[in-house]
Amino acid sequence: MSNITVEAIELTRLYGGRAAVSDVSFNLKQGEVLGFLGPNGAGKSTTMKMLTGNLAPSAGSVKICGIDMIENPKEAKALIGYLPEMRPLYKELTVDEYLTIAARLHRVSGKNIKKAVENAKARCGLSHMSKRLIENLSNGYQQRVGIAQAIIHSPMVVILDEPTVGLDPIQIRDIRALIREIGQEHSVILSTHILPEVEMVCDHVQIIDKGKLVFNGGIDVLKRSRLGNKLLVGLHQAPQMDALLQIQGVTEAELLESGMVRVRFAEGENPSEEIVKASVKHKWGLYQIALDQTSLEDVFVQLTFHDAAAEAA
Amino acid sequence: MIFNIVRKELKSMFASPLGWAIMAILSFIFGLYFTNSVGNYFDVMSGAIRPAERTGVTTFVGSAVYGLASFIMLFSVPLLSMRLISEERRAQTLPFLFSAPLSITEIVLGKFIGLVVFLSMVIFYLAAMMAMLNLWADIDFGFIVANTIGLVLLVASFSALGLYFSSLTSQPVVAAILTFIALFALMILDRFLAGDPSNTVTYLSLMQHFQSFSRGLIDSADVAYFVLFITTFLVLTIRRLDADRLRG
Repeated sequence: MSNITVEAIELTRLYGGRAAVSDVSFNLKQGEVLGFLGPNGAGKSTTMKMLTGNLAPSAGSVKICGIDMIENPKEAKALIGYLPEMRPLYKELTVDEYLTIAARLHRVSGKNIKKAVENAKARCGLSHMSKRLIENLSNGYQQRVGIAQAIIHSPMVVILDEPTVGLDPIQIRDIRALIREIGQEHSVILSTHILPEVEMVCDHVQIIDKGKLVFNGGIDVLKRSRLGNKLLVGLHQAPQMDALLQIQGVTEAELLESGMVRVRFAEGENPSEEIVKASVKHKWGLYQIALDQTSLEDVFVQLTFHDAAAEAA
Repeated sequence: MIFNIVRKELKSMFASPLGWAIMAILSFIFGLYFTNSVGNYFDVMSGAIRPAERTGVTTFVGSAVYGLASFIMLFSVPLLSMRLISEERRAQTLPFLFSAPLSITEIVLGKFIGLVVFLSMVIFYLAAMMAMLNLWADIDFGFIVANTIGLVLLVASFSALGLYFSSLTSQPVVAAILTFIALFALMILDRFLAGDPSNTVTYLSLMQHFQSFSRGLIDSADVAYFVLFITTFLVLTIRRLDADRLRG
């Protein structure tokens, strides 16, 4: 399936002359999960507001399944389910009442409303909370109601702004599974601060910083840039670095402050086995050897920092 | 789609104690006043000897009750209209409506009609109370119909103004106070300029236009005034919410 569900074309939003978002363009296909990453105030929420028609872009356009959001907002909005950063819940209503209203407003036909409500509740694990006032639910359950409201009309595109904020680890796992499940049939766009989350649920990642897209690509591209041919070796009696460089495949060795050694190697020549052998032979006292992963945080900082440096230059 | 918003508004109005409380208080005050006027009627009429001094029971009770109703609504409409939009702003629930397949016009009209329907319940209850007099007297139903239409139009005008002030702020209380001040000013405008009935400013007074209805007269000029008043403030509200989307 290669149907394009979301098409953002050179989205720009100015706030009093300052560009909160500038020239953001991307496409999303059906069955894909897109993760939006970025520091605070980068323009993630602004972009999402523009995608959902809550905010008019200063320039550029949004198309949902080929329908222009500005020219034909009602038709386009009917295809979207949106959970804003602040949950739009009517706290004086019960879960059932609220979801029924949500279904009705999203044009679910009269006889299907009950089914849609039950279905959304079951998917978000809310079935036993039907008659409770939203006000009295815990933060995590309120978040689930927010998500249920966004998927109730099984929209083509589900847009979730920081869906896992305030949830406990088990709930986070459930929600992630739910997002994956929704992502099978529909398209999902989610924003988050939690980097491993992106890796777990998203197919595509966009990193946005100061209103500009600094990275746009598949999750595998990001993963590859994380791994980067490095080994972290722990040795009790570390030899001179020269000795390590003798080992085949090792291009660089560096003693870290923690007493570990970071070894870089050429692409496709993992020298782990050789290092183990050499360590046994020379009694270096090997106690740990593992691929050194640059944390996503580092990748993230690199990407956003480079941009800042380029701007300063 | 407007109907769905109306339903939602009514639901949340009845989900909060405020809606019930206001309805109960209004019913109580109107009922009390009604009983009082019916009792008074006999006292006053038994004292009226000349035929010119005698008035029908409909006019006597009706003008008392409807006169009070128009005044009481001045206080109760701001209390109900204040939360329509400002509460949504405060609780950040507006995106829920904005991202649903609805135009802003539909949202505003739905909220407005929701409030008017709620208040109309009280007004129809009032009409039913008046009609009850027909059990032992001949009631002038035309008078009741005119008063009911007038009161609905008056209350709808209050609501439109309240809705507009509610869209300006995220503090419901501020919206209520602003609405009350504006309504009060419009109500008593004619009192200040009572000497000159042809004055243009007097013509803006809401009470001035309700007067003909309260005499049992449906004047198209007054109907037009109320309709224009309502339209003006609804359009202003739509524009205000549209500006939210444009300016953020």
